[in-house]
Amino acid sequence: MHRKAHRGLAIASTIALLITAAGCSGGDGPGSGGASVPGVTDTEITVGTHMPLTGPASAGYSKIAPATKAYFDYVNANGGVHGRKITYKIMDDGYNPANTQQVVRQLVLQDKVFAILNGLGTPTHTGVLDFLKSNRVPDLFVASGSRSWDQPDKYPGTFGFNPDYTVEGKILATYAKTNLAGQKVCFLGQDDDFGRDSLAGVEKVLGAGAVAVKQTYVTSNTNVAPQIGAFKAAECKVVVLATVPGFTALSIGTASRLGYKAQWLVSNVGADYPTLAKQLGAAAPMLEGMVGTNYLPMQNDTANPWIQLFTKVNKEHNGDAPFDGNTVYGMSVGYLFVQALLAAGKDLTREKIIDAVQKGGFQGPGLVPLRFSDKDHSGYGGQRLSRVTGGVQSYFGPAYETDEADGPVNEYTAAPAAPPANGVPTVS
Amino acid sequence: MSATTAAVPPKQRPDDAADRPVDRRRGSTLLRHLAIVLVAGVVLVGVSYAVEPFRNFQLATVAAYLCATAGLTVLTGLNGQLSLGHGALMATGAYTVALCQNAFADRGMTGGWLLPLSLVAAIVSTVAVGAVVGVAAARLRGPYLAGVTLAVAVVVPALAVTFDGVFNGEQGLSVPVEPPPLALGPYFPYERWQLWVTGAATLLAMLLLANLIRSRYGRTFRAVRDDEVAARLAGIHVARTQVLAFVVSAATAGLGGALLAVLAQSVSPGAFSLTLSLFLLMAVVIGGLGRLTGALWGAVLLVALPDLTHSVTEMLTLSPAVAQRLEGNLPLAIFGLTLIVVMIAAPGGVQGLLSRLGRALLARRPTRRS
Repeated sequence: MHRKAHRGLAIASTIALLITAAGCSGGDGPGSGGASVPGVTDTEITVGTHMPLTGPASAGYSKIAPATKAYFDYVNANGGVHGRKITYKIMDDGYNPANTQQVVRQLVLQDKVFAILNGLGTPTHTGVLDFLKSNRVPDLFVASGSRSWDQPDKYPGTFGFNPDYTVEGKILATYAKTNLAGQKVCFLGQDDDFGRDSLAGVEKVLGAGAVAVKQTYVTSNTNVAPQIGAFKAAECKVVVLATVPGFTALSIGTASRLGYKAQWLVSNVGADYPTLAKQLGAAAPMLEGMVGTNYLPMQNDTANPWIQLFTKVNKEHNGDAPFDGNTVYGMSVGYLFVQALLAAGKDLTREKIIDAVQKGGFQGPGLVPLRFSDKDHSGYGGQRLSRVTGGVQSYFGPAYETDEADGPVNEYTAAPAAPPANGVPTVS
Repeated sequence: MSATTAAVPPKQRPDDAADRPVDRRRGSTLLRHLAIVLVAGVVLVGVSYAVEPFRNFQLATVAAYLCATAGLTVLTGLNGQLSLGHGALMATGAYTVALCQNAFADRGMTGGWLLPLSLVAAIVSTVAVGAVVGVAAARLRGPYLAGVTLAVAVVVPALAVTFDGVFNGEQGLSVPVEPPPLALGPYFPYERWQLWVTGAATLLAMLLLANLIRSRYGRTFRAVRDDEVAARLAGIHVARTQVLAFVVSAATAGLGGALLAVLAQSVSPGAFSLTLSLFLLMAVVIGGLGRLTGALWGAVLLVALPDLTHSVTEMLTLSPAVAQRLEGNLPLAIFGLTLIVVMIAAPGGVQGLLSRLGRALLARRPTRRS
């Protein structure tokens, strides 16, 4: 009986101690008068992101966040923003929505980041929208063209970056309508909002019944032979791909294996030539004639001042990693975020950065304007078409602008802005 | 090992090898378990106030995993049936909760009783699936059993993609969960509430499991594991016992999956891949097979390991390329290595090691008269 009493005493005292400890650490009230902003000190701003560094979507995409970080390091080396250095925490979610939940919670609750920047992926990021909203975390420049990011009433802190997939679908379909008239059009898309939004855009232009064969793929299954086989059987001449780079490469590689030829029209998120060529290896010539879209300077356009700037940053702060469209993309995101920070002012808060982004008016590397306003949280509003000729991807024709509704696809002719002399934006 | 009869057992018989050869305990097992659960509950509430939100979330995740590992340890450790498909059973529970909660939200129903209802629905649906798999499993042994459960682990997530009209493919479904009740105050941290909910459900499940293990059923489980022929001679219906073990194990796995879905407020097939099934099995082996405390260590390991490897990769200043490769693959490698080391050094797992240490310490102390 002695022992039992001892044990009981031990347990009771442990509980008492724990509860005392808990009592001491109380304080669940709201922030004391907004004195401290999470992730912001006098010398530092901490932001985080979730990226597919591994897994089915890592091909190409794994290079985006390091490029963004490299641009931040460049800005930090030039004195930072309002005297603060930017720290960028990159978390791997493997393009798995379940992991995204975990790593984003870690960033927000444990690392106390100021904002989530450029979280990548339609299926992954969709799952954390509510969490970020309930924690009032700015959710800036999501790396996806889903229309979900553009819901200012429902998600006031979320902003897109990529042109949305419906806009893109309309632009690709317009190209098919004018240059490939009368040819049978088919569609392969990712089995989520990415593919669905893209198909909606294509059908807005071509008509609801115009797409002969519609196929979907899932990233967990790397066999697309059935889908490509269906296109071959239906004798599709034109195939629109709403695919991540790995699956663009898979589709085109599988087609060549099956002896199937088509005109590929590829989404901007899966059309970067260096990434695809690396994936296909010896089969890279299969990419000849592929039509893609983009809205940022082309990675091989060495005459472009933005590319010159980003190449320099890549050399100095990114270990001179192979330079491709993902590098350009990552640095463009970094540039825009620095612009937003500058516009938000020295006395940085979460509300102020959201207001600053909503005010808009950012001039950057994009070929088309950003659409940010208090009623519109979508990013770039258009795209330009590119083609692979002789193993070189280059733009052709004008840039186009349109909306995600039934508006017309218009040419956009304004010249893009030039970068500032030292490559760091100034308060406009 | 005594071949216990399935008849009403006489009180206070020395317990079998799966338990410590302890003194003959007086008093009621039920009361003892109740006391332990109560203490654990109070400690959890205390801890939930003492640590920060992210730790609360992690603890809640441990609780959710504990449901699954506890069920698996009962099945594999006590009944001797291997299952490589427990991730799929978790997925069944998770998707049921998602569909129920969405159905309630669509009908505009609100109230604190909806979540328990969804959780019960999740357990019921998983029990149904578990019964089907269990009936098949009861006819199989060894590698064949592993094969069937492996198939289940692969098929169930694939169903979510195949019937994407209902399950929304790889993007998965969101799980609308209500905020903490207003009675707790307007600024009550959501993560603490999550810990309370999952902790309560898990403690209840653990109480039931612990009692089951100590009951006649637990003994028949073990008898079947140790020697089926002897068990039959003692009047135990072997197949029925195996199906029952599978169903019990499935129910807890379903609850675990449902809790995970509630925590993440979303469910997607990627969360319940084959890797998860294998991780669960590794976790119970490393923790200590056949013991609920071992299942607890396993669950802690499942949550701590990815976090740990991330910290390790952050500490080492690696080139970005190497860091990327490590980030996704290091947890797997460490898990595998740990498993091998544990199997060689401490076949009883973490819990076995701790028990041995405890006994060694006790043996050193001069025995006191009680």
